[in-house]
Amino acid sequence: MTRLATSSAALPATSPAAPAASAGPLLALRHVAKRFGSAQVLDEISLDVAQGEFLTILGASGSGKTTLLRLVAGFEQPDGGEIWMAGERLDGLPPYRRRVNTVFQHYALFPHLSVFENVAYGLRVGKAPRTEIAGRVREALAMVKMADFATRAPRQLSGGQQQRVALARALVNRPQLLLLDEPLSALDAALRREMQTELKSLQREVGIAFLFVTHDQDEAMALSDRIALLHAGRLEQVATPREIYQRPATAYTAQFVGQTNLLRVCVERGRARWGALSWRYGPRDASGAAASSNPPRGEVTVTFSLRPENIRLLGSSSVGAPGATGSAETTGSGPAGELADEGERVRFIAIVRRQVFGGSTDWLELECPDGATLLARIPSRGILAGACEFEFRSTDAVPVRPDS
Amino acid sequence: MYSRAYKSAVAVPPLAWMALFLLAPYALLFAYSFWQVAGGEIVRRWSLANYAQLFHNPMYLDVLLRSMRIAGAVTALALLLGYPLAYYLSFRSAKKELLYQLVIVPLWVSYLVRAYAWKTILGSDGVLNTLLQYLHLTRHPVEFLLYSPFAVVLTLTHIYTPFVFLPIYAALEHIPRPLVEASGDLGASPARTFWKVILPLSLPGVLAGATFAFVLSLGDFLAPLLLGGPGGVMISNVVVSLFGAAYDWPLGAAISLVMLALVVGLLTLVQRAERRLSFTA
Repeated sequence: MTRLATSSAALPATSPAAPAASAGPLLALRHVAKRFGSAQVLDEISLDVAQGEFLTILGASGSGKTTLLRLVAGFEQPDGGEIWMAGERLDGLPPYRRRVNTVFQHYALFPHLSVFENVAYGLRVGKAPRTEIAGRVREALAMVKMADFATRAPRQLSGGQQQRVALARALVNRPQLLLLDEPLSALDAALRREMQTELKSLQREVGIAFLFVTHDQDEAMALSDRIALLHAGRLEQVATPREIYQRPATAYTAQFVGQTNLLRVCVERGRARWGALSWRYGPRDASGAAASSNPPRGEVTVTFSLRPENIRLLGSSSVGAPGATGSAETTGSGPAGELADEGERVRFIAIVRRQVFGGSTDWLELECPDGATLLARIPSRGILAGACEFEFRSTDAVPVRPDS
Repeated sequence: MYSRAYKSAVAVPPLAWMALFLLAPYALLFAYSFWQVAGGEIVRRWSLANYAQLFHNPMYLDVLLRSMRIAGAVTALALLLGYPLAYYLSFRSAKKELLYQLVIVPLWVSYLVRAYAWKTILGSDGVLNTLLQYLHLTRHPVEFLLYSPFAVVLTLTHIYTPFVFLPIYAALEHIPRPLVEASGDLGASPARTFWKVILPLSLPGVLAGATFAFVLSLGDFLAPLLLGGPGGVMISNVVVSLFGAAYDWPLGAAISLVMLALVVGLLTLVQRAERRLSFTA
């Protein structure tokens, strides 16, 4: 299938801004703010979208993600900041003057037009020659596998089919940027997974940048080149899915994307102490958000994120007396060099309070020596009872910025 | 849950009412239309003479056509006023509930009172003529303002515009706003969005409102009576006089039934058209 983005009619290759456009980001938001009444829905949002990138804006309901998308589309105007696309100032322009197209959450197909006419709508507005329109519409419909439905009316289509037509209607115009407002939210789980795969391969095929909004973190991680996590109108973190998962910047990020244990840890004189557990933690271990400017003396409280799957089960037979405090041992495992890179193994004994079968893995609720609770995820094996021994690597405990 | 006997019993009163006060009169009217008047008395001699008279006597045909012209003019004007008003309220107004009430409120004022108000405004000594003369735009009172088809059209437009507004407003409110946004998103200017998306989707409302205005204006009686003058006589006035002073009930019945057939035919066509034009749930 041809790359739509390379069509001659598409990108402003001859515009004076072209050199900057190909070198810099496609879309740039600078300090964008939006208020509705007294509520500050978006606060100082600065974000770049690169050419051909699949960027997802992830957030809970009310986080402002749809508002952000609508600002880029032109359905709302920002109260502050600027929006630039390919060297052109976008805010202030009405939607019909922006080289952006939107796929709406509930498709918004024109009920009084056929599938063909729906897809052709943008082309007719743009006064493309009639001979060209038919060809491009068929091309777009074929790309979303709806070629046989050209003469149908929207009400005769299922949700998934309508979604594809909405996609074709947007893509046929060869926009520089495609906005997708939770397009898969209204589909059932199986169809949703299927569409996710198709959407991703479609995006790769046409090479158009996608700005995708969703509240589903699994969806975000599966589809995106980068994720922008939005929380209460501010960006918590903008990073690749892997980075956001493994190195969350804030407690909110760690909890929103995947599951985690948040540990409030006392750090003093190079050691991190949590309940009866402790491990070595110093300035050179600190990274990112929790790198404190405090000198390594005195006591500091640092919040760590420890993902359940990083807690491993060592022995399922009772080790030590039930309820007894386990001892955390640091093991000099392997050559000294290994310690520096992989941290210590922190071992402890905990009682399995709850075990939930999760298919390939089990979720365990652990009661730690001092009464604190940890969530662990282990490969599924028989029913566990009583006290067991667990361990995690100290480097799997990632320092995060706590929620203010 | 309810027995068949109960359901049948409960249906009897409304059916009886309908039969007695609706079907029976129509049947009677039907019968009358075939009878004759001779020597000031109604004679039960069956013939089609009344229908023939309606179509061959130019006087009756003229009045019928004039009534249709007036109804058509009222419909067109009411649409021209009602649609933009409905559009403004639905799409461009911040205080739509308040303005909506303002459009409805005049309907609380009795028809008769409003018709008389127009009499006062349009008469030779009326407000409008006095104003025109005061502004030296005219030297003598303008005559055609009152007791003319003009006055009838004006009054009926005033009365029926809210009725045209209501279904159009409802239809416009029903248009999902994402459709309007999608149109803009695809490059259509607000004007183009109106012609290509909003107007087509509002047509059922337009049709409903137009039908309302046309049918009610066609059969209107008071406006032509108070303001029409000799040139503004409409078909309902003719029927009234036939049942009154002119005393030709059979002819009056025939005309009534022709009007009934006309309106029923129109409504049937409109119903079919509405079904084909309706896209939104």
